[in-house]
Amino acid sequence: MRFGVIVFPGSNCDHDAWYAVNHNLGHRAEFIWHDSATLGDVDAVILPGGFAYGDYLRCGAIAKFSPVMAAVRQFAADGGLVLGICNGFQILVEAGLLPGALIRNRNLKFICREVRLRTETVHSPFTAAGERGRVLRMPIAHGEGCYVADERTLDQLEAEDRVAFRYVETPNGSARDIAGILNERRNVLGMMPHPERASEALMGSSDGLVVFRSMVAASQPAAAVRI
Amino acid sequence: MSTVAVTAEIVAQHQLTDSEYRKIVDILGRDPNYTELGIFSVMWSEHCSYKSSRLHLKKLPTRGKLVVQGPGENAGIIDAGGGYVIAFKIESHNHPSFIEPFQGAATGVGGILRDIYTMGARPIADLDSLRYGPLDDQQTGPRNRRILEGVVAGIAHYGNCFGVPTVGGECVFDACYNGNPLVNVFALGVAQKEDVFYARAAGVGNPVIYVGAKTGRDGIHGASMASAEFTEESKQKRPNVQVGDPFLEKLLLEACLEAMQTGAIVGIQDMGAAGLTCSTCEMGSRGSTGIEIELDRVPQRETGMTPYEIMLSESQERMLLVAEKGREEEVFAVFRKWGLDAVTIGAVTGDGLLRVKEHGRTVAEIPNRELADEAPLYDRPFTASPRRSLAPSTAQPAIAPLEALTRLLASADICSKRYIWEQYDHQVRTNTVAGPGADAAVIRIKENGVSVAMSLDGNGRYSYLSPREGAMLAVAECCRNLSTVGAQPVAATNCLNFGNPERPGIMAQLVEAIEGMAEACRFFETPITGGNVSLYNETLGEGIWPTPVIGVVGLMKTAAAVTRDFKSAGRPVILLGGVGGCDEAHFGGTQYAKVIRGDLWGLPPALDMDYEKRVEAAMREIVAAGLAESAHDVSDGGLAVCAAECSMGGVGAALHFESDLSPEFLLFHEGPSRILISTAAPDAVAEIAARHRVEAPRVGITMNERLALGNHGAMLVSIALDSLKAIYEGSLESHLRA
Repeated sequence: MRFGVIVFPGSNCDHDAWYAVNHNLGHRAEFIWHDSATLGDVDAVILPGGFAYGDYLRCGAIAKFSPVMAAVRQFAADGGLVLGICNGFQILVEAGLLPGALIRNRNLKFICREVRLRTETVHSPFTAAGERGRVLRMPIAHGEGCYVADERTLDQLEAEDRVAFRYVETPNGSARDIAGILNERRNVLGMMPHPERASEALMGSSDGLVVFRSMVAASQPAAAVRI
Repeated sequence: MSTVAVTAEIVAQHQLTDSEYRKIVDILGRDPNYTELGIFSVMWSEHCSYKSSRLHLKKLPTRGKLVVQGPGENAGIIDAGGGYVIAFKIESHNHPSFIEPFQGAATGVGGILRDIYTMGARPIADLDSLRYGPLDDQQTGPRNRRILEGVVAGIAHYGNCFGVPTVGGECVFDACYNGNPLVNVFALGVAQKEDVFYARAAGVGNPVIYVGAKTGRDGIHGASMASAEFTEESKQKRPNVQVGDPFLEKLLLEACLEAMQTGAIVGIQDMGAAGLTCSTCEMGSRGSTGIEIELDRVPQRETGMTPYEIMLSESQERMLLVAEKGREEEVFAVFRKWGLDAVTIGAVTGDGLLRVKEHGRTVAEIPNRELADEAPLYDRPFTASPRRSLAPSTAQPAIAPLEALTRLLASADICSKRYIWEQYDHQVRTNTVAGPGADAAVIRIKENGVSVAMSLDGNGRYSYLSPREGAMLAVAECCRNLSTVGAQPVAATNCLNFGNPERPGIMAQLVEAIEGMAEACRFFETPITGGNVSLYNETLGEGIWPTPVIGVVGLMKTAAAVTRDFKSAGRPVILLGGVGGCDEAHFGGTQYAKVIRGDLWGLPPALDMDYEKRVEAAMREIVAAGLAESAHDVSDGGLAVCAAECSMGGVGAALHFESDLSPEFLLFHEGPSRILISTAAPDAVAEIAARHRVEAPRVGITMNERLALGNHGAMLVSIALDSLKAIYEGSLESHLRA
């Protein structure tokens, strides 16, 4: 399977995602420069963590105007798998591909630590290889990861089983402990924790691999209908 | 040429002495103009020229079989095996961090990162050694807290955005840093051996290219500011502190590394202290060439800047490079891709001169070599460093060991620094095998199966009592930290923080510390490949304690790290190196003396380097054989604090000693050469220790939920781990909210 990792100016987890896919997962990843008009021949797209455009103005607010985002939008509209991690999640929210917003952590500080996440649904191409209720260990590393949305949106996310991951204990004040959400069509996932940093035991956890493995399984021709 | 006349008063304002001015006149064969005077003043500042320390720095060992590049470049380079090298260095950013903590610390990180990637190495780790005044001091506490919060936020802001993991360091508090906090920043990068770049301007006619941020009026005379004491007027120097942009730095990093791959770059240097002045003349001097630049072409973000201002600006995120003539476009294309300015501002010449033009008219013309390398050299007089009496000033009754332990664990120096390091991204780039809180940080190099271990250490209390032994103890401690995680120490970088060298007592501290460091680095085979000297750390005549900080780098085969937490109950605990000895005089520098007695006396703990080396060798062998389930070296706070720290993961221990030392000395002395190990194979550990002729008494066994310490059958400490942990983890934040 071929993963495309978008490189925005200021992305800094691009290489980590690339490495996790190539070396820990055993599939292929390639970089896609942000001003590319097309995604090339990829089966899934990762918007990596970092500080795209320095996070100036607002996290993701400038990155959403990168030329590549039109291609990402189209790719998502065509049912392609799009995974936004951390800054990637912020960009997806700014681009309107996911609802809500990510604001400053409740303690107003950057937080880098391992957290526990509960898998809330396996009905998605990002979690199908996991188990509902299974608690995963993954790191977070963000200053603006507090997920907020209006009550109606939050209710809708829950009613439609679109909360993919919830913090066991929220580190950042996120509404309803939300750590990751799916779009309506369930082919776009945004999450603040870093699965690519939890993809080998040497880094402290390999629980994040389940996300990538699910994507691989979902992309097999036989599984595609499950989306 | 220049409109401001050079008068005696102007010369004095530039902190140049009469004899230094005469030397300038000799070099030029005429009086300098205002621009030239400014250029000389920054290059010959203490910060840039090391004029007070150079003579003594020569005593440091700089060679070793793994050393690829020693001092004199932007960073030292060590062979890491498999065709890869590591580049690393430590720098101080003390003065700017006092004036403006957030930007001062942020640009400190930015500056050291540029030093690394200008060598062609991608930064993969950052560590910070921080010193502040006490957080809960009635008078200075609020300011110290503000400085700490600002410095930490500044480091986080820059490092997190740039994408380098901040993986360790130290954070210490003492009243002597009230008016002079110390911010020492270490960075390390990795490169392929054949991809290393040097800061040399070669090839007459080659273009000199300016890349990165535009030049503004910020940071003018930053280097000179860092070369003077602080006075009441220092707050007015806030404009001398630069403002950092980590996003731009990230782009510059990627663009530089990509441009280097084109093969069109001949030499490259960052514009750090003394900005365009320093990068031009140093590259010319190293290449034995001249450099001619036209200021009209320098990208500027303000209008009406004078040549003086442009040459002395310390605007951040700028690099100067020399490219092969005719291949400029290859370089420009890369920088265009990253959206950065890249402009040819001049050329390499054959006359050895730094020639600066504005509108085609020469506004400065100075020989590169004399400017960069022939700064005045001072053999400043030194007496003996000040000493304390061998006994404490007042006799105090001992307090209960448990109370002493809990007070020590709650003290700002010893308590957990989680509050600080959780603000740092310590994992980005997915190489962090052991991060903050470990004895040594361990970063794997993905490409060659080798991991780099790093530790920073300094001890102002020890160094004040004996600068020589304090420096030696710092080197020993770093090497022990590395050995505890299984790494072989291979090289070092130093940051020498001292007061005003024009005072003979201070100069004596500097000389003794350098000599001690030299002796220890030679003994432990960790040559110094670069570093930094920060003098004039004084405010209103009050100097800091001598604070030589050392960063030692070690190598090991990549493997899961041995960490300090006891892992499971029922494991034998061994004190590798033994209990050690102590007397009243050698107890005066300890944390116990500081926190419990509020005093400082005598001498630092006694160090037997030969024994230390054997302990470390034994430890590395124990780790390599996979015998250590946990390991933690005994340092600040002594054995009791060490055992408590090992228990923070939820498994404690019952340790019993048969020592003739008093409970105070036994539990809290800080004698070196000791590592507390838990193991499932005590006999194998004992065998290795015996082979290295090192004591390794079995002192107890790990157990759940409690820590108990006793001597000769009498219980000295017994406490539930929950309460220990609450004290240890919660204290820094309560100090900050004092």
